[in-house]
Amino acid sequence: MSALDTGRSGDTQPAGVALAGDYWRPEGRPDPLGEKGRSGIGAPLSRVDGADKVTGGARFAGEFRFDGMLYAALVCSTIANGRIVGIDTRDAESLDGVALVMTHQNAPRLNTPPVFLRAPNGAAGDDHPIMQTDRVHWNGQPVALVLAETQEQADAAAESIRVDYAAEPAMTDFAIAKTQARQPDNVLGGPAEIRVGDADSALAAAAYRVDATYTTPRHNHNAIEPHALTLAWVNEAEGEGETLRIHDASQCVDLAVASLAEVFGIDISRIHITSPFVGGGFGGKTLWQHQILAAAAAKLAGRPVRLALSREGVYRLVGGRACTEQRVALGADDRGRLQALIHSGVAAMTRHNNLPEPFFQATKCLYAADHIRLSIDVADMHMLANTFMRAPGESVGTFALESALDELADQLGMDPLELRARNEPERDPTSGLAFSSRQLLEAARAGAERFGWSERSATPAGRHDGEWQIGMGCATATYPYMRMPGAAASITLTPDGATVGIAAHEMGMGTATVQTQVAAARLGLPVEKIAFRYGDSRLAGSVLAGGSQQTAAIGGAVIAAQRALVAELLSLVDEHSPLSGLSPDEIECRDEGIGAIGDGSRFESYRQILASAGRSELSAEANAAESQELGNWSMHSFGTIFCEAGVSAVTGEVRVRRLLGSFDCGRILNAKTAASQFRGGMIMGLGMALMEETLFDARSGRVMNPSLADYHVPVQMDVPEIEVMWTDIPDPHTPMGSHGVGEIGITGVGAAVANAVYNACGKRVRDLPITLDRLL
Amino acid sequence: MRAFDYHQAADGTQAIEQAVRCQQAEYLGGGTNLVDLMRETVERPRTLIDVTRLSRDITDTDGGGLIIGAAATNAALAGDARVRRRYPLLARAILSGASAQIRNMATVGGNLLQRTRCAYFYDTATRCNKREPGAGCDALEGFHRYHAIFGTSSSCIATHPSDMAVALVALDARVHLRGPAGDRQLAITELHREPGERPDLETELQPEELIVAVEVPPLAMAVHSQYRKVRDRASYAFALVSVASMVELDGDIIADTRLALGGVGTKPWRAWQAEAALRGQPATAATLAAAVDAELAAARPLPGNTFKVELARRLMIAELSQRLSDARNGGDA
Ligand SMILES: Cc1cc2nc3c(=O)[nH]c(=O)nc-3n(C[C@H](O)[C@H](O)[C@H](O)COP(=O)(O)OP(=O)(O)OC[C@H]3O[C@@H](n4cnc5c(N)ncnc54)[C@H](O)[C@@H]3O)c2cc1C
Ligand code: SF4
Repeated sequence: MSALDTGRSGDTQPAGVALAGDYWRPEGRPDPLGEKGRSGIGAPLSRVDGADKVTGGARFAGEFRFDGMLYAALVCSTIANGRIVGIDTRDAESLDGVALVMTHQNAPRLNTPPVFLRAPNGAAGDDHPIMQTDRVHWNGQPVALVLAETQEQADAAAESIRVDYAAEPAMTDFAIAKTQARQPDNVLGGPAEIRVGDADSALAAAAYRVDATYTTPRHNHNAIEPHALTLAWVNEAEGEGETLRIHDASQCVDLAVASLAEVFGIDISRIHITSPFVGGGFGGKTLWQHQILAAAAAKLAGRPVRLALSREGVYRLVGGRACTEQRVALGADDRGRLQALIHSGVAAMTRHNNLPEPFFQATKCLYAADHIRLSIDVADMHMLANTFMRAPGESVGTFALESALDELADQLGMDPLELRARNEPERDPTSGLAFSSRQLLEAARAGAERFGWSERSATPAGRHDGEWQIGMGCATATYPYMRMPGAAASITLTPDGATVGIAAHEMGMGTATVQTQVAAARLGLPVEKIAFRYGDSRLAGSVLAGGSQQTAAIGGAVIAAQRALVAELLSLVDEHSPLSGLSPDEIECRDEGIGAIGDGSRFESYRQILASAGRSELSAEANAAESQELGNWSMHSFGTIFCEAGVSAVTGEVRVRRLLGSFDCGRILNAKTAASQFRGGMIMGLGMALMEETLFDARSGRVMNPSLADYHVPVQMDVPEIEVMWTDIPDPHTPMGSHGVGEIGITGVGAAVANAVYNACGKRVRDLPITLDRLL
Repeated sequence: MRAFDYHQAADGTQAIEQAVRCQQAEYLGGGTNLVDLMRETVERPRTLIDVTRLSRDITDTDGGGLIIGAAATNAALAGDARVRRRYPLLARAILSGASAQIRNMATVGGNLLQRTRCAYFYDTATRCNKREPGAGCDALEGFHRYHAIFGTSSSCIATHPSDMAVALVALDARVHLRGPAGDRQLAITELHREPGERPDLETELQPEELIVAVEVPPLAMAVHSQYRKVRDRASYAFALVSVASMVELDGDIIADTRLALGGVGTKPWRAWQAEAALRGQPATAATLAAAVDAELAAARPLPGNTFKVELARRLMIAELSQRLSDARNGGDA
């Protein structure tokens, strides 16, 4: 890992931090925490939960227990469309230890869950009724659930259940489905088609043209922790009715509460979800049928339940990334200036969810083409609803777009970095907004220098090492900045430090660590005196760990809570206090207390203020400011990925030898956890480039490789040396000057690898994954 | 997985007695394959007879070969200094398979008798003649990238997945068997069957017959043998094509050679045709090309694995060329 500036913490005393104000306004003042040299921010603090995780002290959702708990096992459908005509549970019911067999015939009545991006509180992957009818909608849908005293008994009973189906014609072949594609009514809430000028005419008139089709396969979620939950319907207090208490592996505790409340027709106050540790989410740890079925079965059986999906279960119940077929057409003049940019195509979807794989997202902001046309169509299929998976859209979209750029550079005989630089836009090419911060060229330049890009052979197949042909490729990475509404935070101050509480999530990204660091710097406290609490639906606010927006969302909420806290503190001091008469905007937090900005003599420690007021603690809670910044600017992270790959001239095997990512993600808050996010994303991108593929049998709609033995992700030997670096230039319009770093790492990697392969051997692969047979 | 009884056998004879006595019994080696199949309900034994207490010794034979106890772990065999020196391809083949954890558990007997990785064989929701004779084969028109191009039938195209077995086939190893009817030996090239009409019958083993040892005969040229495996990622994946090879030169003439292929055959594939076309011929590119063509003439690829023909061609030629050039340079690989 290297950084242009890792912002290491020095010995210097933390300077005071004034309260952040209106960073979201055009003339607003940047958050002072984003300033260069701010100590503590950027420091490579090790994970606060690291020791717990490596010693087994961290308890995951499937490790909690309740007295009298039963274990669940699922039976999943083996057809993609049709009806259940018979379901024989007699053997299962007669087996030792079996407490309940639930099917559509005896499941409690449940409302259909609200769907992500369709209903405001939607956390569910699709809107199918859950075990309410005899209908089967996809191959793998749960059709029965067994509860037993042990997991082994439950599994054996589930295996003994025989289900008869009346299959009906099913659309399970993308090759056919895509011929009947339709335009969805929206893509992530925006239009499904975007036009600037007349791209088709401009393309026809262009001197240089690339017009190619790129395909990407389905991908499945493979977080190291398969989905699991332990739950009980409990009586918290006399006469209050039952509360559904869930230990879940979740990246959206509040949305899940709201959705479950609708499903069970109960008040949200009657559901409590905690999720202190999550072994990876990536977009998959939302609400799927298993949580609802477990809660329904627990209700029916009158006993607590643990349900842990097997790895195969995750493939059958939890959606993944949809397959896409994308056309990218570029028209340029002889100097490489883009005149036409078309990015269109089809993605698989279902009629029961609302996530057209948004592959044109990156194309909206990347290049200054005169004429642009972007569109996404969806092909309805009988399949498990597709869902978010690390950088949905950008991951597969940049593969197509950035491969096409490389093809154009090749045609023009131009360095691909130079081609990109020539098309660097002044303003967002589709929205017309100014960029809040865009240092892509700086990131590209620094990355190229570090990587040794100048060594690249200008013509393909120019370098060899024995049977290995060596090439270099690059691609632009990008991911939007977001700050979703709903975030709030509480801060509780005691003489010993502060507790920050917010219903956010730690899925291994380092959130707890980074936010401890940020809160410490903001409150003028050492990190040891900060307790960051998260992963609990009863904490303040509602924050989705998705869209790489958590850091900003939490940041915005803590800014608001800090202001409320300072106001409370000032209201406690009397006229003899050195702070008397100061307003929050004249205050900075420093040295474990608050003081007047620029006046060292006017200061009181938190401890003193609490003691004088006779208080043992003081709490404040506030909602984050509205995210107006998103209406004022085009806000994105950027980066350039560099890849050196070897292609065996004998076997076509590809070995990536080096990867480097140079990122522009605003202020980096923790050099260690950020580097780990970048690197992890890049490794996932490597998997996408070379091996990841869900084998979806087009005849049956059944996933045929639902295991980590058969679904390939990179193993240690596939992962080369990876360098990451960053500009560390703060965005003046975001909390802490930072952008999220969770998803951008995967973007651009597919194309960087494909472009390196082309440079190595002269073969252009437009279909992922780049397996050796495509290079023979 | 359904409940089962478990017995640990003290030796081979006891294992056989137990197997004869119990219904639906299966031998359990390291369990790395059998237990997976039980979890998938592809295998549903009533009794498991643990045979890991059988000999795991690796002992020298008089002529300079080795006898390997069936319970020797894959890791122990690959790490044995004599194996590394005399039969480097065997160590390489084993180490190119599975993962360190699996190799620590897996036994030599279990490795030879591991079942195919055909996805349809593993999924009881699909049709598979090997699982259920007569049901049909969903791989024929489905996913068969990993499937065989040699020895297939219209009933089954599943590949035998073992790397170790390919090396042993090249070495003309012999399997020592013990059964209710007594002891016997079998050439390892005769152990596995091609599917024909009965893909459920995978080996020549009789009911309750047990592998007690594998004998590798002495073979001078094996000192310079090699195993190269090509797959979809750098490690922890089954072979698309693998090649076990060795040659012995007499001047410019190929005096002797052994060639076997993995990832392409319904059984560990000895390249008899190629070997015959190489033996006694001048060590030229033309000889190699002709020999490889002779072998590939029998290939029957399907759309999803047609690439294996070209891949096998290139890999065989590259490996044989390398072996020849090593041999010319005094055999130092
Ligand atoms: C994820 C994964 C990846 C793998 N990758 C590879 C790879 O790349 N290359 C490769 O070659 N292998 C690979 N393997 C397979 C592995 O090598 C086998 O699972 C292992 O060798 C089987 O040995 P075992 O002792 O565990 O057999 P078991 O699972 O115990 O038994 C397998 C079969 O052999 C029978 N059996 C066992 N011992 C005897 C005996 N002495 N006599 C008669 N019958 C017996 C059993 O009844 C059973 O039918 C992989 C396995 C996994 C799970
Ligand atoms: S190839 Fe063989 S193992 Fe695979 S489905 Fe067909 S019959 Fe079964």
